[in-house]
Amino acid sequence: MKLEELRYGTELLKRGFASMQKGGVIMDVVNAGQATIAEEAGAVAVMALERVPADIRKAGGVARMADPAIVMEIMDAVSIPVMAKVRIGHIVEAQVLESLGVDMIDESEVLTPADEQFHIDKKQFTVPFVCGARDLGEALRRIQEGAAMIRTKGEAGTGNVVEAVRHMRNIIGEIRALQGLTPQEITDRARDLEAPVDLLLETVKRGRLPVVNFSAGGIATPCDAALMMQMGADGVFVGSGIFKSSSPEKMARAIVEAVNHFDDPAAIAQASRGLGEAMKGLDIHLLRDDEVLQYRGR
Amino acid sequence: MVARIGVLALQGDVSEHIDAFRSAARTFGSEASLEVLAVRKPAEIPHLDAVAIPGGESTTISRLIDKFGFYSPLVEFEGGMFATCAGMVLMAREVDDPRVHPLGLMDYAAKRNAFGRQRESFEADIGIAGLDRPFHAVFIRAPVAEHPGNGIKVLGSCPEGIVALEQGRHMALSFHPELGNDPRLHIRFLKNCGLV
Repeated sequence: MKLEELRYGTELLKRGFASMQKGGVIMDVVNAGQATIAEEAGAVAVMALERVPADIRKAGGVARMADPAIVMEIMDAVSIPVMAKVRIGHIVEAQVLESLGVDMIDESEVLTPADEQFHIDKKQFTVPFVCGARDLGEALRRIQEGAAMIRTKGEAGTGNVVEAVRHMRNIIGEIRALQGLTPQEITDRARDLEAPVDLLLETVKRGRLPVVNFSAGGIATPCDAALMMQMGADGVFVGSGIFKSSSPEKMARAIVEAVNHFDDPAAIAQASRGLGEAMKGLDIHLLRDDEVLQYRGR
Repeated sequence: MVARIGVLALQGDVSEHIDAFRSAARTFGSEASLEVLAVRKPAEIPHLDAVAIPGGESTTISRLIDKFGFYSPLVEFEGGMFATCAGMVLMAREVDDPRVHPLGLMDYAAKRNAFGRQRESFEADIGIAGLDRPFHAVFIRAPVAEHPGNGIKVLGSCPEGIVALEQGRHMALSFHPELGNDPRLHIRFLKNCGLV
């Protein structure tokens, strides 16, 4: 093969990378030790962070991209893909992560947004992006900007699955409700959803989003993870749920097993035995509006 | 008689493999009678005519193969196996990573992430032995094969190593034909296995 004819950073390569993660668990980690535990447990990728979302909540202040030293330490520790988060709209944080060689960038509402009007123009980058979404319009706007993977936002750092369920149901329900409509009717609906028409037509035709759709934000137990898979998620992100539990190694393995056997209650029961305590968790209704991360980025 | 192809559904791009085999089968029209299914239980394996191991994370798939009792049924499986990317790593005699427990069904050493990270993933047209024109190949954090044994037929290589090979009815590829629209390698595999 001729080297000058190699093509890098194409949409197919970005979406293809996301497809390889399907049926997998992506785990938040803050150091090499946690990354190794995640990899040994069967994580398909790790998300390198300075703090897990539960600690970001506690710490308050402005949450930014992790220190490159932490990201590099984690990249050196594992052979699975390493992802990392940038603030919504922060092009330079994304450029920095790309230069480090991070495998996928999460433009994430868990960090404090840098731009309240625009998300990053993700088509300008060689590495693929994952973005959060709460409904179909938001998901398709992110895909239009170049996101190669969507994760439903849920409510990060709460250990409460209720918002993850709401957002997955929104997206899947909206797609189902559009089945059987004429192209003209779908075009009309695109206006209400504030979604790009061509992507909405493609989504309805396929009966699913044109990219991989993971669930995130509040998954704390093997049952939570399997619930999201039964609802139609392609895989799950687990943030604080693993390393805020009493025995992270067991919890990590159990969640991997539950995602794999999501439709087999006996296997989930087996995986769930003797895990100790899950993370404590928060009641969503007790959060003040400015503490709700999912409202960031539309 | 309907031939049955099972795609190992532990993790990875399972649905893409199912779709690719179905569309390869359609090129034969009514001559081919193929059923393509996702395999979720080890007991299903002996009843298949061919098995595909998809792309995904080889460390994850390897752990799940061991954990859920797929190892022996796969090693003892008598039909052809079609393996891409992570699948190529798993089919090898040896792997450069102790976290992967290879099946040892094909005689080569697998080197993981041989081209680098996702930033270095690429598309390229490559020559494949027996195909009349180049194959447009999609390499995603791809492995290569090295040190092939005598029974191996090398189908394609690049400076980093071997990217396509056959041994008997088995085929292993560094890249992802299931992500494109070119069914030639799937067709070749089905013919090799005598399923069409």
